[in-house]
Amino acid sequence: MSGAGPRENVFATRMALTNTKLRLKGAETGHSLLAKKRDALTTRFRAILRKVDEAKRKMGRVMQLASFSMAEVTYTTGDISYIVQEQAKLATFRVKAKQENVSGVLLPGFEVDRVPGSDFNLTGLGRGGQQVLRAKEVYAKALETLVELASLQTAFTILDEVIRATNRRVNAIEHVIIPRLDNTIKYIMSELDEMDREEFFRLKKVQGKKKRDAGKAEMQAITDKEESLKQLDEQQEPTVDLLSTKDADVIF
Amino acid sequence: MASTTAFKDRNLIAVIGDEDSITGLLLAGVGHINEHQRKNFLVVDSKTQISGIEAAFQEFTQRKDIAIVLINQHIAEKIRPTVDRYQEAFPTLLEIPSKDHPYDPSKDSVLKRVQKLFGE
Repeated sequence: MSGAGPRENVFATRMALTNTKLRLKGAETGHSLLAKKRDALTTRFRAILRKVDEAKRKMGRVMQLASFSMAEVTYTTGDISYIVQEQAKLATFRVKAKQENVSGVLLPGFEVDRVPGSDFNLTGLGRGGQQVLRAKEVYAKALETLVELASLQTAFTILDEVIRATNRRVNAIEHVIIPRLDNTIKYIMSELDEMDREEFFRLKKVQGKKKRDAGKAEMQAITDKEESLKQLDEQQEPTVDLLSTKDADVIF
Repeated sequence: MASTTAFKDRNLIAVIGDEDSITGLLLAGVGHINEHQRKNFLVVDSKTQISGIEAAFQEFTQRKDIAIVLINQHIAEKIRPTVDRYQEAFPTLLEIPSKDHPYDPSKDSVLKRVQKLFGE
């Protein structure tokens, strides 16, 4: 009821009531919108989760293949790791970021961005050139899978974060803001009712007092009238009964 | 979100791995040495100190031009606490299998979270 639970600190007036009601409506709209957003994000999140799982397993296979082709290279060419490490200068295999919008959340993704040209033109010149070339392609393919997986994983991390924030907001509105506004409305209503009752009682009192005053005045008037009559009577007391008294004889 | 704003200029792939993985990935063309002569890859062998791996990991995750950090799973195992603590979206951390160590999905820090979310 009005006393229980936290409420906003407002004066109980009709305007505050209207305002609070509007705010409650707004909070409810916001709540349903956020809940919708959360559902959309969660759907997306589930899809991404499944894809991440799949891609991780695929990566295991692809990397195995790549290791195998590397073994081939080592077998035919010998150890090329040193020369490869020394010749690496500028990355030709880069990624480009792109964005995707899922209900207002920007999900970044990576795209493979390969620059033609290579630092390792001379690697495997003596022997095993073919194997080196093939290993290069296999590794590039594997990297493509990895990049795809990386963008999925980034999306996963960001979505996770955003869903948590949205959940927090939904819960805050549902369990804190809406009850508080409800309490405020109830409080204002009860205060207004109280004021109404007080006003009614006051009017009654006033009316009663008026009636009492009127009665008193009437009584007063009556007594006044009687008194004045009495006074009038008293004033007329010295009059003598002409019949009972005898005048002295008049002698001519 | 602050983490999403500055990813446009991230375009490199960094690698921490054993010799074979590094060689293969470098062949594909990920190797890059910037103007400060910093490499974006670290070869880890039996002589590499764990502190060295940690330092490289910190450096790669803090550099602004790296979009993806690849790390061999058996190396990630060595610095597992650091890897598990890493929660940022950028750069993305990816554990990859190596030649001698087959991929174990149950150890992956991301897959662990996936499993946790599915098993809730």
